[in-house]
Parts: sequence; structure tokens; C-alpha cells
Amino acid sequence: MSTPYRVLIGKPGLDGHDRGAKFIARALRDEGFEVIYTGIRRTAAEIAATAIQEDVDVVGLSSLSGAHLRLFPEVVKELKDRGGADIPVLGGGVIPDEDKEQLLAAGLRAIFTPGTPAATIIQSFRDACKQQ
Amino acid sequence: MPANNSNTLLQGLADRDPRAIGKAISVVENNGDGVTEILAGLDRKQIEDVLVLGITGPPGAGKSTLTSSLISQLRSDEKRVGIIAIDPSSPISGGAILGDRVRMMQHALDQDVVVRSMATRGRLGGLCASAGATVRIMAASGCEVIIIETVGVGQSEMDIVRLADITLMVLAPGFGDDIQAMKAGLLEVADFLIVNKSDLGGADALVMDMKQIFAAKEEESGIPRVLQSIASEDKGIKDILDGVQRFTTYLTANNIKVERRKKAMQGETLDWIFEMLRPALTEKLETQTDQGQKDPRVRAKEMIQQLLSVD
Repeated sequence: MSTPYRVLIGKPGLDGHDRGAKFIARALRDEGFEVIYTGIRRTAAEIAATAIQEDVDVVGLSSLSGAHLRLFPEVVKELKDRGGADIPVLGGGVIPDEDKEQLLAAGLRAIFTPGTPAATIIQSFRDACKQQ
Repeated sequence: MPANNSNTLLQGLADRDPRAIGKAISVVENNGDGVTEILAGLDRKQIEDVLVLGITGPPGAGKSTLTSSLISQLRSDEKRVGIIAIDPSSPISGGAILGDRVRMMQHALDQDVVVRSMATRGRLGGLCASAGATVRIMAASGCEVIIIETVGVGQSEMDIVRLADITLMVLAPGFGDDIQAMKAGLLEVADFLIVNKSDLGGADALVMDMKQIFAAKEEESGIPRVLQSIASEDKGIKDILDGVQRFTTYLTANNIKVERRKKAMQGETLDWIFEMLRPALTEKLETQTDQGQKDPRVRAKEMIQQLLSVD
């Protein structure tokens, strides 16, 4: 029996719209992942500390509020500060194309925008987990 | 995999390093490399001294909220706390959503609150084994009180609460017949009954009902066992911990804590035996193609005899 992958789905910032995050969490569960869900309105530090405690393979972030350029790299930095630089961070939400490159350069592993098929997102999570 | 030799992890546990604690628990949960060295290297004294509380009850009774509230109180008493939050795995996909943390996030940045979410992974014995080992890892990292929070009600809970020194059953008014159905089961093993959401109608009736069931237990120890709380407002929490404290003293004085621990350790050892034998036995069963017609019990007995005859 193979060990299930553990992932964290977090919503940093003041954005209260968690439909996307919950959709991805359920989709991952249905594909055999163990998903730790943090709920809405978390700070980058809270998400990073939780990811370290729970020893997850991958962190997934969702933002629909437009604050992704600040919040996503902040989570990457907080993880690094806590000894979790090896944990890949994936991001999704309403993210303009021109921001995508900037986020990838800031250390995000992948960015998903509206319309990305769930299967593509799940495969990215799986690939990122496998590398752990 | 990065270099995680067991000595580094053990040192990390002693240093209370969150990354090491998380990694050590994963090693145990996944039966990974170095699991024996890690568990054998833990400080026995810290394990002996830790207080393990089990919190159980039907979904929606407020277990996670109560747990969070208990954490706040324990932290103001300057106790380092560990929490093992257990949620069910999907029997179909094997995946799980572990959402108990949502109600505990206020403690996320407190280094002295160590939370681990755990999925049942469809194997109860194995879960008890992992959770038991996690208790000991948390104890070795300095946790003084460890709370195991488990889902739902039923046989599975009875097995997990066995790991706890003291079990708290959380109920809320309005569950009606569900609670009637539980009377013969978990209520018998619970040490305390917490009527949460006590501001709701029907709380007094539930308390009276439960006091009747717990009358014998209360008389035996002289400690009130049916308590009320409104966890979302941190009400009644101090009384619960006072009761737990008095009961711990009672258990220790009467040698009951030692007895419970002994039983728990025996049960967990059995669980580990089955867990460790399972892969090899499964493989053997699958390769014994000629034995398919035999009655399963007869076949099982033969396999055990073969096992025991080998040295």
C-alpha cells in the first residue's frame, strides 16, 4: 500500500472567497491525497508554520483578492525561514498573465488561473509531491 | 529524500524543533526508515509523565472548538500542549480532508502548541499504533498534555480512546436519539461527560439525564463527572481542567493510571504486531494459489502454526 501524499491548502490574506480552495481540496481528496485545510484569512506565517508542523509534501495557495503578488512570495519566504525551503508552493486564483512570471521567479512552483482543468492541477500536485 | 537520520531527528525532538517533530511523526506514520531507532531513543520519563486526554463525541458537538478552548487555558497555565486531530479517510479514494485545524488556527504561531492532523487510512489498528507513537514523540518533544481528538462515535472511537489516560465525551443538546443509542457504548468508557453548547435549549435536561448515567462513577471518585461548557465563549473550560486535574490525582493515587497505561501499551503492541505482519502475510496469501478452496479460518490457523514453528 502506497503512502498518501499530504498537502496543505491555504488561503492567505483577507479574501473570504474559498469556493475555489474547497473545490481543489475535495478534488485532491478524491484522488487519494490527505488535505489539510486551514480555512480563510490566514497570515503567511500561520500557513507556513502549519505546513511545517503537519510535514506536508506541498503547499497550495488560493487568492481571489488581487493580493497574490505580496502574499504568495511571503508564504515562500516564511517557509524558508522555518526550515521548509524544500516544500514546493503552488498558487491559484484570479491572477493576470503578467503576474505569473513574477510569481514563478519569486519561487512559486506553478500558477493556475481560472479555466485550468482540475486534472491538470491535480497532476501538478502529484508531480510536486513525488519530488519530495 | 533528504538526510534525516534518526539521531538528527531525535536531537531535533529534544530541541523542540517543529520541522523535526513533523518529520519524526511522518516516519512513524509511514513506517519509514529509522522508525525503530527513533521510538527506541525517546525519553521514557517524559512519556511516563505526560497526561493524555481523549476527546470524542458525535460530529457537530463542538470537539474542535472545545479542544481549542482547552489549549488556550492550558497555555495560560504555561503547559506545552500536543494535539492529534483524527479525521476519517475516504474508503473509496483513500484521501481525506483534515479540517480540525480550522478551529485551532489561533494557536498556529504558538511554538508550544504542536498540532498533527491524522487520517484513519482505513485501518483502525494501524491508526491506533501511529497515534500512540505520535503521543510519545510529542511527549519527547516536551509536550506535557496531549489531546487526542477523534471523530464520530462507535467501535473505532473505543479503540482510540484506549490510548488516553482520561476520556472526555462531548455532547450537545439536540442530538436526541443518537445519544440514546450511544448509552451502551462510549458513555461507559468516558470519564467525563461535557455538555457543550450549554446555552442552547435542552441542555439542562441532557445534564440531568447524563448525571443519572454517571451517578455511580461520581460516587466512586467523589468528583463531578458531568460538566457544562460553552466552548465558543471559553465558558466552563477551567472547571473541566480542574476536574481533570482532580481525577488525575485520583487515578494516580489508586494506581489506575498505571493500569490503564499498561493495558494501552499491550493493546498497541498487538496492533503493531498485526501492522508489521500484514504486508508479509498478504503477500504470502496472494502467492498461495492452491489454497483458495480452504476455509479461511483453517487456513489462518495453518499460517499461524507455520509462523510460530519458525524459531
